[in-house]
Amino acid sequence: MTNNTSLSNSASRGTTVDAAPAPKADRHFDRKGLVQMTLLGLLLLLPVVAYFSGQIYYVNLASRITIIAMAAVGLNLAIGYGGMVSFGHAAYFGLGGYVAGISAYHAFDLTPFMTWPFSVPGSDNLLVIWLAAMLLCGLLALAIGAISLRTTGVYFIMITLAFAQMIYYFANSWPTYGGEDGLPIYIRNTLPVVDSSDALTYFLICFTGLILAMAITSRLMKSRFGAALTMARLNDVRLATAGISPYPIRLVAFVISAAITGLAGALYADLNGFVSPTMLSWHFSGELMVIVILGGVGRLYGPLAGAVLFVMMETFLGGVTQYWQLFLGLVLLGVVLFAKHGVMGWLAGRERNE
Amino acid sequence: MLKVADIETFYGPSQALFGVNLEVNAGEMVALMGRNGMGKTTTIRSIFGLTQATRGTIEFESQEIRRLPAYRIAKAGLGLVPEGRRCFPNLSVRENLLVTARPGEWTLEKVATLFPRLEERRAQMAKTLSGGEQQMLAIGRALMTNPRLLVLDEATEGLAPVIRQEIWRAIRLLKEQGQATLLVDKSLSEILPIADRCTILEKGSTVWDGKPAALDSAVRDRYLGV
Repeated sequence: MTNNTSLSNSASRGTTVDAAPAPKADRHFDRKGLVQMTLLGLLLLLPVVAYFSGQIYYVNLASRITIIAMAAVGLNLAIGYGGMVSFGHAAYFGLGGYVAGISAYHAFDLTPFMTWPFSVPGSDNLLVIWLAAMLLCGLLALAIGAISLRTTGVYFIMITLAFAQMIYYFANSWPTYGGEDGLPIYIRNTLPVVDSSDALTYFLICFTGLILAMAITSRLMKSRFGAALTMARLNDVRLATAGISPYPIRLVAFVISAAITGLAGALYADLNGFVSPTMLSWHFSGELMVIVILGGVGRLYGPLAGAVLFVMMETFLGGVTQYWQLFLGLVLLGVVLFAKHGVMGWLAGRERNE
Repeated sequence: MLKVADIETFYGPSQALFGVNLEVNAGEMVALMGRNGMGKTTTIRSIFGLTQATRGTIEFESQEIRRLPAYRIAKAGLGLVPEGRRCFPNLSVRENLLVTARPGEWTLEKVATLFPRLEERRAQMAKTLSGGEQQMLAIGRALMTNPRLLVLDEATEGLAPVIRQEIWRAIRLLKEQGQATLLVDKSLSEILPIADRCTILEKGSTVWDGKPAALDSAVRDRYLGV
């Protein structure tokens, strides 16, 4: 493609080119990079320390933060980068969880998941479960997105919520898989070679998943697809008058977003050894949105910062008072009023697109 | 190439166009003129399906496009430079140019020769550009889709005289290269020497159509005077 040739190929033509002032974002690079590396470094280091001092509780807490962050990374792709305010991402988180739960249930019982039109056995292999969780969540998002993305604004929020609630009530009333009591996973699903039942190993698995999800988001947003998604968010009419339909671009982003959140759901079910309709409830959709907003909408590290803050407050303030959400509300208020770009915007400075 | 016949367009209950006729042939530069509020921009919006015309026909290369969605119309080969320098402010110059690009004669290199300033600012966010540079970027972006018909809506409005000259120079260059163009503008002194034909709108209807040479002072006073 000739038109993909970089403008910089002809840079030597203009003498002023290299003297052009550096983009504003570069001045923040060090600070931003430092904040991001510190965040990742602490998240990786503290569980290792906790593990070797026998504090398994804190290792699992770190796993929880990591998984919630990953789910929020998925939602951030839809809300932050795509401008699609989905209020139903719990559907994918829960579906991912149920894939892990149901698969383990059948593997444990040695019963097939389905027999017609072909036989599908249960599996306790995490790789199979993760793949299935992502595929199924992607398919579900394809169906929900194909309908929901015909609407915008408040209607989009409501229709995504409605779909998620349908799935919630369905899971609630399906006795085979526990109904509202949920479904236990007696033995954590396994991986070849490594021992997934070890707390630190499982944390590292989750951490790898988070890094991958963030890397995929970053790559995606640097591609032509990502730029088109940004354009669709900023002004879809302008994008359409240039010959690109915003609809399929949004739909693809929505599907990828759901698959990431679904994978997080599968990891979450295995972390807790339990899956229940709570994972599907609209409360969780709301929590994910709060996390994305706390951390910084449309920032790569925003969901991670938001998840750290949210889970920490839930754990430590929640231990002090059951009214901890009052303080969460105050923090959220503070962020919305005084730190428009979230915790990351506050700590690391503004991004080039803010 | 483009044939607009008797279109009527409404904004909600109020009718804005009452029968606009317009034709652009291959290689032609047609100027769409008229005072403020006479329906020029609405005509453009109707052609691009942004506000769908309820009656009449819009044919582009013998294809009826009146009821197509905007992106299909653009894909059919129409390129729009919308009123008021509409770039994507949070994308770089390069991204603005590349994302909607379609293969053809117009490449980054060719746009860079048309507007050397864009080349100098290729990595900058579009919102950091001056108004004139943003207008150049908007034109460049439309050209990168390699349109068979380029539509410029008030491309020189609100710009410094020096920048206007640069935009007009670019438009004249496009004309020399045989680019079919539909031009909405008010500066007669620039339009008349280069337009092949002029179409004048008055109160939502086409009231005059002809060669610029035939546009005498009587017509001017009647339809274009302030």
